[in-house]
Amino acid sequence: MGISAQSTQFDKRKDLLGLKDVSNEEIELILNTALPMKDIIRREIKKVPTLRGKGIITVFYENSTRTRTSFELAGKYLSADTSNLAVSTSSVQKGETLRDTIKTLEMMGPDILVMRHSMTGAPHYVARNTSMRVINAGDGTNEHPTQALLDMFSIRERKGRIDNLKVAIVGDILHSRVARSNIYGLAKFGCEIRVAGPPTLIPPGLDRLGVKTCFNLEDAIRGVDVINVLRIQRERQQTGLFPSLEEYSELYMLRPEHMSLAADDAIVLHPGPMNRGVEISSDIADGDTALINEQVTNGVAVRMALLFLMMGGRKDEIAA
Amino acid sequence: MRLLLKGGRVIDPANNIDAILDVLIEDGKIAAVGGIRHNEDMRADAVDCRGKIVCPGFIDLHAHLREPGYEYKEDISSGSHAAAAGGFTTICCMPNTDPVIDNGAVAGFVRRRAQEVGLVNVLPIGAITKKQAGEELAEMGELVSAGCVAVSDDGKPVLRSDVMRHALEYSRLFGIPVLSHCEDASLSAGQMHEGYYSTVFGLKGIPAEAEEIMVTRDLILARLTGGRLHICHISTKGALEAVKQAKASGLRVTCEATPHHLALTDEAVGSYDTDTKVNPPLRSEEHVAALREALASGLIDCIATDHAPHHFESKDCEYGLASFGISGIETAVAVIMDTLVHPGLLDIARMVELFTIGPAGVITANRATVGTLTCGAPADVTVIDPDLVRTVDPRAFYSRGKNTPFKCMELKGWPCMTIVGGRIVAQDGLVVR
Repeated sequence: MGISAQSTQFDKRKDLLGLKDVSNEEIELILNTALPMKDIIRREIKKVPTLRGKGIITVFYENSTRTRTSFELAGKYLSADTSNLAVSTSSVQKGETLRDTIKTLEMMGPDILVMRHSMTGAPHYVARNTSMRVINAGDGTNEHPTQALLDMFSIRERKGRIDNLKVAIVGDILHSRVARSNIYGLAKFGCEIRVAGPPTLIPPGLDRLGVKTCFNLEDAIRGVDVINVLRIQRERQQTGLFPSLEEYSELYMLRPEHMSLAADDAIVLHPGPMNRGVEISSDIADGDTALINEQVTNGVAVRMALLFLMMGGRKDEIAA
Repeated sequence: MRLLLKGGRVIDPANNIDAILDVLIEDGKIAAVGGIRHNEDMRADAVDCRGKIVCPGFIDLHAHLREPGYEYKEDISSGSHAAAAGGFTTICCMPNTDPVIDNGAVAGFVRRRAQEVGLVNVLPIGAITKKQAGEELAEMGELVSAGCVAVSDDGKPVLRSDVMRHALEYSRLFGIPVLSHCEDASLSAGQMHEGYYSTVFGLKGIPAEAEEIMVTRDLILARLTGGRLHICHISTKGALEAVKQAKASGLRVTCEATPHHLALTDEAVGSYDTDTKVNPPLRSEEHVAALREALASGLIDCIATDHAPHHFESKDCEYGLASFGISGIETAVAVIMDTLVHPGLLDIARMVELFTIGPAGVITANRATVGTLTCGAPADVTVIDPDLVRTVDPRAFYSRGKNTPFKCMELKGWPCMTIVGGRIVAQDGLVVR
């Protein structure tokens, strides 16, 4: 393993809370580091000793199977010791404050805390109050930076670049942390970003972020290179933001006939879990244009890269 | 017992005075304002006020003292200390206590406690409705008899239009204003102002319209009833436009703005510092600009702090779980001086109006005796050092609430002396016992 003399951007970074304030260089470093990580996942022996002796704890205050498992496997492939705090069995149910829970975990000695929380800003609050490095695995309706990083990795892998692509994001933009992190990340690379969704699910001020709003799916995807389809939450219908899932799918479900509107070899992303027949048709989900399964593998690779870099690793250390 | 305030710039809007003058205080009352020679025979303590602004005692129409019921947040003693240190000689306390100030006994308790503490004048505000439940009118006559100067369900809106109508009608019997917290609760379930920054920060927004709909409704009801409406903590451009139109048409309506809504925008929420969480929320630049303009033009009648102290535990948590409110009574004057007066956005004489005759005009029953340096009036005086620079340190607050978004900010222009009934109750930011 070679030791690089060049310092990484991550020397100055304690936490990764969102893509809003991450530089292009940092994003490129993560994506470049994820490439060799992906090779490790494909090996027969999926284990490198890089993070041996390091502790990673994941705390999920909101249900998630894939993100938590993805982080856990990413840590394990790098030989870190990983542990999960399952919220249903934790002291949160006993009324413990977030600060106390985090302090307790910190005293057990892990180096990195991976956290998902239903409330916006919770990881920021935790990061200010702990010496552990904090990775935001999704906070409220704010950010989900590792999802956007894996989306960007997937786009680059298939398209060869991210710069200046046209990207449409379809669905519940108002509540989507995936949409926000994608917007922040892609905008840094000059992408033309359009969103489409019911007017009740479009937040204000997107134009100031350089994002074009289309209410209509067809308008949004015309000529785009990438279509990122978001999961629609049933509870949004229950709170009166749109009349029914049937009407939603009528208006916004991505179907094969839509693909002719997009650029040639346009690709389709979905963060999962999918509602087939609601926001995405099975023909699309299972077709050649969809990267949905590849995104899952890429998620592990990107998270390996992030954990590695946050523990002070340098990119040229892992090639060997 | 005589006190002579020498050589300060005396600004007394009630008497159209703005000049370098002396103020003589005798037996707790203003004895003379003018050029007064100090000599041994006067047996007066002289205070050098050169370079200072000498004003009638400042009045805060909107403070939460939390007692009875929430003494862990604040009590009448700590709140009085905070008010004195902050340059206020008279404060009106909101009735959202436990029990609610919805009857004469609780109002009497508040007044007695305030007199025992004996620092500043505390005028209770009674509830509009019993238990502030928004259903039945509280006994307004009893509240007025017990010393309440207004009624309000502040902390929450009076949702039912019929109840608000009756409150405005019934209040005419006593000539007191109805102080309205304007919020359409079905629109306001959010964490911050709705707009560009709520999108960027990923927090649920509270649209300006949640306030504007209720302001408009209350103005319509004020017209219907002839009652005296006062809009609490006005914070949006649309609400100001509605008030402007109402005033132009001759309606007897007043409104107040808070220092935090005048000084900060919603951009401050970006750090997820829960001390920026307040209701109404910190608004966008456009609204803040409208607010500042309305302050200078005279559309806004007074500055009120909406001093809302909280226990640190209810702020030391996730943004979404944190309580709404800012502990503001100790920084109000300095925030206005620093962000508006010194940059030239607000004339200092106008600022003094906003803290004296402005609020006094809302609680008209006390108009003759507070907010003025008229000879014979109680000697309530606030002295400001416009050049004093100090950094906001919440740990040094007298208030139990350390929740301020102004923490660590260096501000220029602080109250340096507070005199209540002829007695110096605070000097250089410290309470004098």
